Amino acid sequence: MRVVKAEEAAQPSPQTQVEMYRVLLTARMTDERCWLLNRGGQAPFVISCQGQEGAQVGSVFALDRTQDWFAPYYRDLGVVMALGMTPEDILKSVMGRAGDPNSGGRQMPSHFSSRRLRIISQGSAVATQVLHAVGAALAARTRGESALAIAYVGEGGTSQGDFHEALNFASVHRLPVIFMVENNSYAISVPQNLQMAITDVADRASGYGMPGVVVDGQDVLEVYRVTREAADRARAGEGPTLIEAKTHRLTSHSSDDDQRVYREAGELAKAAKDDVIPRFRRQLLETGMIDDKQEKAMRSEIDAIIDAATEAAENAPYPEPEDTFLNVYSEGPPFPEDLGGGPRMREPE
Amino acid sequence: MAGLGTHKTVETSAGQLTYIQAIQSALRDEMERDESVIVLGEDVGAKGGVFKVTDGLQKLYGETRVIDTPLAESSIVGVAIGAALNGLKPVAEIQFADFIHPAFNQIVSEAAKMRYRSNGDWNVPMVIRAPFGGGVHGALYHSQSVEAFFAHVPGLKVVIPSTPYDAKGLLISAIRDPDPVLFFEHKKAYRMIKGEVPEGEDYSVPIGRARIAREGRHMSVFAYGLMVHYCVAAAEQMEEEGHSVEVVDLRTVRPLDRGAIIASVEKTGKALVAYEANRTGAVGAEVAAIIAEECFDHLDGPVVRIGGPDVPAMPFSPPMEDFFLPDTERILGAMRRLAAY
Repeated sequence: MRVVKAEEAAQPSPQTQVEMYRVLLTARMTDERCWLLNRGGQAPFVISCQGQEGAQVGSVFALDRTQDWFAPYYRDLGVVMALGMTPEDILKSVMGRAGDPNSGGRQMPSHFSSRRLRIISQGSAVATQVLHAVGAALAARTRGESALAIAYVGEGGTSQGDFHEALNFASVHRLPVIFMVENNSYAISVPQNLQMAITDVADRASGYGMPGVVVDGQDVLEVYRVTREAADRARAGEGPTLIEAKTHRLTSHSSDDDQRVYREAGELAKAAKDDVIPRFRRQLLETGMIDDKQEKAMRSEIDAIIDAATEAAENAPYPEPEDTFLNVYSEGPPFPEDLGGGPRMREPE
Repeated sequence: MAGLGTHKTVETSAGQLTYIQAIQSALRDEMERDESVIVLGEDVGAKGGVFKVTDGLQKLYGETRVIDTPLAESSIVGVAIGAALNGLKPVAEIQFADFIHPAFNQIVSEAAKMRYRSNGDWNVPMVIRAPFGGGVHGALYHSQSVEAFFAHVPGLKVVIPSTPYDAKGLLISAIRDPDPVLFFEHKKAYRMIKGEVPEGEDYSVPIGRARIAREGRHMSVFAYGLMVHYCVAAAEQMEEEGHSVEVVDLRTVRPLDRGAIIASVEKTGKALVAYEANRTGAVGAEVAAIIAEECFDHLDGPVVRIGGPDVPAMPFSPPMEDFFLPDTERILGAMRRLAAY
């Protein structure tokens, strides 16, 4: 595994910025492939990162990927790819294959997990993971480590009690936690104004005695900068920070949703114009960190990786039906009846 | 809540501990043995818990290992899960089992499913302790028996000791278990029940195994928690009346010790289950179902359940509280009716 320490400077090095762009592109193109497979009947369900990758990748690169803890939510393909998850991992998950490292084909796609990468497994009930990040931070601090934990959640998830309980607990105990809200303005179809009576989620921070920061989630380097500041505070023992990244959801909620029913065409077009990928690309071209030719080459390289990953996933075996019984308890299935084995009925005579 | 936390401690002889002292002893021993064990909950620090289960622990192990949390149960469990994922062994206290419901999602959707949904990559070595049960004037919200909600959930282990020996031995097993364990302590037993507990000896009691509290030949009675003691008392009366009653202390209600249940009923041919949770859909129903499925050929009478009535919870006023809670007399009545078959 490639080990990447957080950059010392507030601005990532040119090399790192190009690397960030590669991860952005990989996440986006992998996500697009998932939709293609969905249309082709090979992926029953897709839920997307598209539009939010800037907040995801920018924040991960600002942290210490060798020791920090990550509690993402289902849109965070950019987060987990920045941490080392590969297109093949993701495509195996989307196709429910045994080799899916997230869950062995048990969970819906985009329910990320990897102990090796310190990606805490998540369920589908939103905002539960925010408390897990607080607990992971508590454990790190109990042992005197300098690791922190970051929780990702949508603005819809901030309505849950667990979100508020997490901020309160972390602040009372001054724990090294970053709360990253990816505000894409919609929780499925419900717009922000029906989710909360305030404009900025970050305003909630003051009620818990912590700084609240609003950042343009389409500005990768700005997300990087504010995340670095929050990380420095956390590691210095100054407690948690709430960051709200204003971003866009470019796709429908999921492959089972059609956002044209509840969003105006003009609004969608405007969001597409603010897409992070062309924006960061322009930035890199203008600063000369990459040229057009290199960018095109990068795209075809990623495309080839995703093609190979698609083929590998298609050829990967499904779990055995009886694998359903595995990993309920540490003991394996020591209580087969308890797992649905049924009665020991006699054969009829 | 006057009365709930202020029962007098009974005098004990050497080697004899009360149920609550046994639990305190297990917590102290495990915190001493393993510094990754932490305790968190409401009032567990300076006060030592409303029942004094964690009394003195903060003085011994400091505020980083004995943590007074905000009054929010979901966060107590959710934070414990996160800490467990990152190497600690949290023992979370829910002040009364009745208040566990705000944490239901964290327990059932998160802790119980973590190992399964990560295909064995993650696990949650966590204990949730909570006093449960009635008979102490706790009324609707300080008397509930909530074990059935959790006994339904694969991925959880649900332990309910009835004796000091088992309380200590099972709590030690629960803390060392790599999976989430709910540990329900009968609050009326805290100071009422005393018994032999080995001193200075590292022992544990395995989770998932029942215990024969009293051997018998004519009828099997299954119970856990305080009801075990009422059943044993009723069984002794039955003995005088010429009936030999076996009492099986289930000790763990998930996973149930099917082998012990089946073996006992195959021996006696009659079965009664006693519990104080609401009668319908409770652990007793599952025990009865196991017996119906597995012991049909051996049964010599109906499988009988004695449970709390199907009303929302235990009322406060003494006559109503007594009416709700199964007692030795009521269990005895059921035993006599079953014996007559």
